[in-house]
Amino acid sequence: MPKFLLALLALCLAAAVHAADAPLTAADPELEAKMLRISTELRCLVCQNETIAASHADLAVDLRNQIRDMLRQGQSERQIIDYMTARYGDFVLYRPPMRIDTVLLWFGPTVLMIGGLATLFIVLRRRSRMGSEHFDPDEPEDIEPAARPGDPAK
Amino acid sequence: MKRWQFLAPLALFAVLLGFLAVGLNLNPREVPSPLIDKPAPAFELARLDDPAQKITQADLKGQVWILNVWASWCVACRQEHPLLVDFAKRSPVPLYGLNYKDKREDGLAWLARFGDPYKASLFDIDGRVGIDFGVYGVPETFVIDKEGVIRFKQIGPVTPEVLRDKIEPLLKQLNA
Repeated sequence: MPKFLLALLALCLAAAVHAADAPLTAADPELEAKMLRISTELRCLVCQNETIAASHADLAVDLRNQIRDMLRQGQSERQIIDYMTARYGDFVLYRPPMRIDTVLLWFGPTVLMIGGLATLFIVLRRRSRMGSEHFDPDEPEDIEPAARPGDPAK
Repeated sequence: MKRWQFLAPLALFAVLLGFLAVGLNLNPREVPSPLIDKPAPAFELARLDDPAQKITQADLKGQVWILNVWASWCVACRQEHPLLVDFAKRSPVPLYGLNYKDKREDGLAWLARFGDPYKASLFDIDGRVGIDFGVYGVPETFVIDKEGVIRFKQIGPVTPEVLRDKIEPLLKQLNA
């Protein structure tokens, strides 16, 4: 029996220790959700292809804490994003702001694709309207031997 | 058909290749800091070797100074450290350390073992001041001018080349 009590006590203690580890999520799920939403918009500078929400890097943990603190102080999402860009630059934003120097970044790929498709379309249409005299006539060698009329072999 | 029409896509492709080649050769670690030419963030931190004594950014105004972010757990710091120890002997400006997210005894032991080039090291245990300075990869080194404006930032270890070609000429210019 004392063994059982001891085990129970150990279990309770383990639960208590575990609870002390993550009080924030339980205490304020709304704040946590907000923090996550903001941190998925931000790039972790240590592991550059991860968001601050997803990264396990020390800095990401610190920045998540910073976001929590700022939210608790009643700061808006805009203020937090501004705080981060003031320190780490636009590079932390997964969605860079639209400015004169980022226009190419935003629209370059679309412009390239539209340009390519338009060129393809124009070239194909022009060709389809051309008479057959613009193209080389089919050479006899291009025709399959089986289809060649008067071929003695087949 | 005219000849240039065949060359146009090729030329366009060459331009695109040029962009990609430049992009590939950029170092993604070197993120341009928005803090360059901005006032250094305010801070008030205890000295590493004396918790009772605080240093603020206002104490350092009126002089050119260097802030080097380091930690005892940082391997690259060890790489640049002999250079800093050597530079501190002939440096025209004071070198301050920011001991970033370290344990006090570890930091002090590290300095005792590898030498202490710093006039003082600021003890930033939770990394808040580091965040204000936009630190994301220790070591980082800042040059701050007499007005308290950040004029240069080195991400990663300071190399002899960076010291000779960038930091020292800048110090000369700022002290002139």
